Amino acid sequence: MTAATAPLPENALRELDYSQVDVARLIGELRQALPPVALLHDHEDMRPYECDGLSIYRQVPLAVALPGTEAEVAAVLKICHAAGVPVVARGAGTGLSGGALPHAHGVLLSLARMNKILGIDPLARTAVVQPGVRNLRISEEAAAHGLYYAPDPSSQIACSIGGNVAENAGGVHCLKYGLTVHNVLRVRGVTIDGEIVEIGNHGLDAPGYDLLALMHGSEGMLAVVTEITVKLTPKPQFAQCVLAAFDDVIKAGEAVAGVIAAGIIPAGLEMMDQPATAAVEAFVHAGYPLDAAAILLCESDGTPEEVAEEIGRMQAVLESHGATEIRISRDEAERLRFWAGRKAAFPAAGRISADYYCMDGTIPRKRLGEMLTAIQGMETTYGLRCINVFHAGDGNMHPLILFDANVPGELERAEEFGAAILDLSVDLGGTITGEHGVGIEKINQMCRQFSVAERQIFFRVKAAFDPKGLLNPGKAIPSMNRCAEFGRMHVQGGQVPHPDIERF
Amino acid sequence: MTDIEQGWAEQIRQAAANNTALRIRGGGSKDFYGQQLGGEVLDTRAHRGVIAYEPTELVVKVRAGTPLAELEASLAADGQMLGFEPPHFGPDATVGGCVAAGLSGPRRASAGSVRDFMLGVTLFDGRGNRLHFGGEVMKNVAGYDVARLMTGSLGTLGLLLDVSIKVLPRPVAEATLRFEMDAVAAVTQMNTWGGQPLPVSASSWVGGVLTLRLSGAEAAVSAACRRLGGERLSDEAARTHWQGLREQSHGFFGGEAPLWRLSVPSVAEATGLAGSQLIEWGGAQRWVRTEQDAASVRARADALKGHATLFRGADKSAGAFHPLPPALRTIHQRLKHSFDPDGVFGPGRLYEGL
Repeated sequence: MTAATAPLPENALRELDYSQVDVARLIGELRQALPPVALLHDHEDMRPYECDGLSIYRQVPLAVALPGTEAEVAAVLKICHAAGVPVVARGAGTGLSGGALPHAHGVLLSLARMNKILGIDPLARTAVVQPGVRNLRISEEAAAHGLYYAPDPSSQIACSIGGNVAENAGGVHCLKYGLTVHNVLRVRGVTIDGEIVEIGNHGLDAPGYDLLALMHGSEGMLAVVTEITVKLTPKPQFAQCVLAAFDDVIKAGEAVAGVIAAGIIPAGLEMMDQPATAAVEAFVHAGYPLDAAAILLCESDGTPEEVAEEIGRMQAVLESHGATEIRISRDEAERLRFWAGRKAAFPAAGRISADYYCMDGTIPRKRLGEMLTAIQGMETTYGLRCINVFHAGDGNMHPLILFDANVPGELERAEEFGAAILDLSVDLGGTITGEHGVGIEKINQMCRQFSVAERQIFFRVKAAFDPKGLLNPGKAIPSMNRCAEFGRMHVQGGQVPHPDIERF
Repeated sequence: MTDIEQGWAEQIRQAAANNTALRIRGGGSKDFYGQQLGGEVLDTRAHRGVIAYEPTELVVKVRAGTPLAELEASLAADGQMLGFEPPHFGPDATVGGCVAAGLSGPRRASAGSVRDFMLGVTLFDGRGNRLHFGGEVMKNVAGYDVARLMTGSLGTLGLLLDVSIKVLPRPVAEATLRFEMDAVAAVTQMNTWGGQPLPVSASSWVGGVLTLRLSGAEAAVSAACRRLGGERLSDEAARTHWQGLREQSHGFFGGEAPLWRLSVPSVAEATGLAGSQLIEWGGAQRWVRTEQDAASVRARADALKGHATLFRGADKSAGAFHPLPPALRTIHQRLKHSFDPDGVFGPGRLYEGL
């Protein structure tokens, strides 16, 4: 066979039209496959599913399927596959990029009812769970064995493990303990044609290509996960946190690099700028120093001896990088108070602003100062405030752009502000999304980060699992047409921005 | 594009047009691994050198033809290392070969595998297109994770040009302890310790001896040594032992009997296969020297919920790697076709027909 006979999937060129679906027939078939409680198709009943955590995008689907078993998932997929109907999988709906936004002509497949922990093997340190299990519940159930599930996205009280796989979720502890992809051994799932696949293994690796890596962060575009084997980690005996204040954000950024250079991998390493500190302090009274330009939270965990040694080394580095104040948590209550502020950053933003828009760019740590300076300039350009919290240890930033959707023009300005941050993330050698996913939100920025040939490979990878392109169409990977359109919009003054990038 | 890259792009397009195959090769140290070797050799070793290394970013970006030993030496100069402790299997091993083979050493169970540390990759696909996926940052969910997909693909999907790898600080302190016990007790013991907050960085059992390596902060290692007891090895003896497992220079790996690698749940019962065995990775990797036929070895691996690789052996007619179930085989074929539609890269090295 020659390359000429390997045509590009049609959905790579343009988003396909699914409006010709015979809705009555589809509902009839779904009714045969699912118990009555597991199928919604009344408009009002479906309203709770019209958006995920990114509520500026809303769409009611044709139907909502809530299967309770893998067999029901397979049945729904087979029906949709045969009828050529898009399927959007959804976990808890806490995603921040619109990845679970329903398709207007598709079925929303909620995995929320598949919420059982199927087994915990304390000796092997694994748990087998269904996709609708909440992240935190795994740790709660494993606690009796002195174990926990390490990835801890800030929404862990609500987000589902299936959604964590789809987005490759991180959290404040991922610098030391890894992302979801590092903590999942195996997934079982159903492809769009209803085939059951087991990807990964009960051991540490599987034969063949690393499909498990492909599944992580694939945003429900490759297969629907029905069972997950996660690794459990021994709970550290002890943890302690250092809070360090700096009179300059650049110095704080250098201190982060200094900690890493000293050979320390902190259990968590977070940074907040002054406006973020002020916002959360008013909300949770964590006792943060309000006069600091930036604060760092630097955590050590392990045996008491290990922590004492590491905290001493952290303190020395932070002092030598000009920390104006250093506090070391004296007990567990104080440690949790240090973290309470950081973990309350998003609700605190919601408290001081009618709306906020959370970004997720990741950049090399050394460029943090440049990014913060640029964001200050953008606040003036777009006439909006921005507060900054970072997973500083891995360069993943969450600028929160504050706006009021009821003020005409502010939402648009917030989106432009966000797009400018993402563009700069790419220019600084980073990526448009560290852990929230592309979804619908950042799909245009994908045209900036990847060349035509790279995006074509993505469509081919998708087609290897889903040849008809029915799983979550129109998300994550932009079609060639969309990028061409986006490129035209951004030609200003006759100049193509970034002429070095290959364009369709 | 450099001259070398341009030459390779041309070579790939020619091979695609002429329906011939290319065999991507670094130092050839892992030629024994996998199935058939075929096609014209494309030697990557002229494309070498570290492109960017900043210890404070914990990332190194390096050309695929760089000798693995050279990369490790430059990391060591800054007190860092490759966390997955890859085997070299010869002085000429390259970084590209290390990633393509996807093999990890003794530290794998605690620190992670090659794929866990892969952050980004630049490659030529089978059309001669130069593509870049992932990046040099720790967290990145833009697009499918093609960088990790390349790991262990044995050069069947693309020609790696450079890779970005997360690196780790070298541990401040290390100690190796030995305990005499049988294999069944050793597997239970490894798993029990694995569930405790101990700084375990490697474990093995062979010839009636469980050996455990502890790595980390000085205080943590010495506290663990006091708690666990056992007989502490000298630094020299410890180095020899772990190096012997990593590079398969340990006596267990000598001789001609086929070497099987069983990857199983860490708590799996004894393999029960005839022949000698060596256990690593907290029980999750079982090396077996056995003359038993491939079908029965694989049936046993299936029963243990694992898979079996014929790692070294004269007769690989039964396949080096565990057969894939039909649905996964289809996905593999389509993926191969996505990256390499004309089957230029290493046909048959991973599986017949791929």
